[in-house]
Amino acid sequence: MSALLEVSGLRKSYGEKVVLDDISLSVDTHDVICLIGSSGSGKSTLLRCLNLLEDIDDGVITFEGAEISDPRVDARRIRSRIGMVFQAYNLFPHLSVLDNCTLAPRKVQGVQRADAEARALSLLEKFGLADQAAKHPDRLSGGQQQRAALVRALCTHPTLLLLDEITAALDPELVGEVLEIVRAEAESGMTMVLATHEMSFAREVATSVCFLSEGRILEQGPPAEIFSDPREERTRQFLRRVL
Amino acid sequence: MTGWTPSQHELERRRVRRRLRTRSVLIATAMTIVVFVVLSLVVTGSPGWPQVQALFFSWPDAREALPDIWDAIWLNIKMFLIAEVFILVFGMLIAMARVSRSPWLVPLRIVGVVYTDVIRGIPTLLLVYLLAFGMPALHLQGLPNGAFFWATVALIISYSAYVAEVFRSGIESVHPSQWASAQALGLSRGQTLRHVVIPQAVRRVVPPLLNDFVSLQKDTALASVAGVFEAVFVARDYGNYNFNYTPLVVVACFFIVLTVPLARLTDWLSARYRRRELAGAL
Repeated sequence: MSALLEVSGLRKSYGEKVVLDDISLSVDTHDVICLIGSSGSGKSTLLRCLNLLEDIDDGVITFEGAEISDPRVDARRIRSRIGMVFQAYNLFPHLSVLDNCTLAPRKVQGVQRADAEARALSLLEKFGLADQAAKHPDRLSGGQQQRAALVRALCTHPTLLLLDEITAALDPELVGEVLEIVRAEAESGMTMVLATHEMSFAREVATSVCFLSEGRILEQGPPAEIFSDPREERTRQFLRRVL
Repeated sequence: MTGWTPSQHELERRRVRRRLRTRSVLIATAMTIVVFVVLSLVVTGSPGWPQVQALFFSWPDAREALPDIWDAIWLNIKMFLIAEVFILVFGMLIAMARVSRSPWLVPLRIVGVVYTDVIRGIPTLLLVYLLAFGMPALHLQGLPNGAFFWATVALIISYSAYVAEVFRSGIESVHPSQWASAQALGLSRGQTLRHVVIPQAVRRVVPPLLNDFVSLQKDTALASVAGVFEAVFVARDYGNYNFNYTPLVVVACFFIVLTVPLARLTDWLSARYRRRELAGAL
């Protein structure tokens, strides 16, 4: 059985600036891959490339056994199988939380409104947002908004979830409630690639941790290894600063 | 560059991208040609086309009327340029009055609300009549009596009301967090408006603003009812004498030529702002 998502030799540059250089990564079903590294190391860009939000400049990305970095691939079909959550929530302010969650299932996947709402409500309920369903996003706290964004991503039954520093904009008190959901999803077997600054969370949840520096994966391994006995000096420096 | 050469796979992908791009260009070209050929066939193939062509698209008449129209169109342009400046200023002032929150300015706010409500309800044509014939008839000392002057004033009054609402919608579209963060820095409401909110608001409303100005360009023709000898007046005059309306089409072409550069300029401006502010991000 080949990997769910396979990246090899990925390169991305903006003009002269090389943002990702020769990235190779393999994600199996039920894997939780944590990308760590300082800001500007390419974590977000990598996630955006995986979701085909950016055209890559070299390399291959395969998803479910087929190459998706081919320009002829219908990006919408791939994206509807991959969920993504952003640092700034990016909920649609003109829709209620429930409508935010049912938009893609109804318009992209053609689910009946009643079915979409039933699923959204059960997820909102599970994550403690049942009483917020009818409200508009701006009325919610940051933690609630980010949980709603997670529910929105989960409503489409993605096979892979990409999380881009989803707790970076939250105050520490609210970080826990969001990570709790991510942990629950990880435990129930969701495959995830996430960029994060929460090292203790990465240590507990990740099956594998990648340390990115200047657009390269400098070091990859199980969290126990990366956090207690990193191979690279650069990794050690980074961990000393953040731990 | 650190000695990177694209892989075979990447080269192949570039070929595919190029092929896809060529394909979209071809589709675009083909579709454009098909649509315009069909349209022109439908129009020129219609049973009444020869009469319509003779009445509206006659080359000799266009040539004959051109010099007079050319002279008259300057009047439209002058009127438009003068009015535009005042409209921008008054429109902004009215919009600012309407979003003011100071208790001292409540009367101004009320005036702003009543002004936009009432003026937008009055047909511009009626305003032109009222001012161009009514004001001189008042025999007020020190006011000009020219039809050109009062027609321009009528346009300014009318369009200020529309433009004020455009500006106001722009101001209200700026997120409240911008107000909060400016006031947190100690800026007064007025300073916040001037330095933070309005600069963002104006950029957002450039397209609807352009809409109003294009409309204003054409409404300079309303001055003809007050006896101003502007381009549409000249064209209609020609039509009445020669039973040919080609000059009106000529005037329309002039207006189009005036509008297009303005539209391209604003497109270019807003694209530039977007590039500068969103460079690379999201």
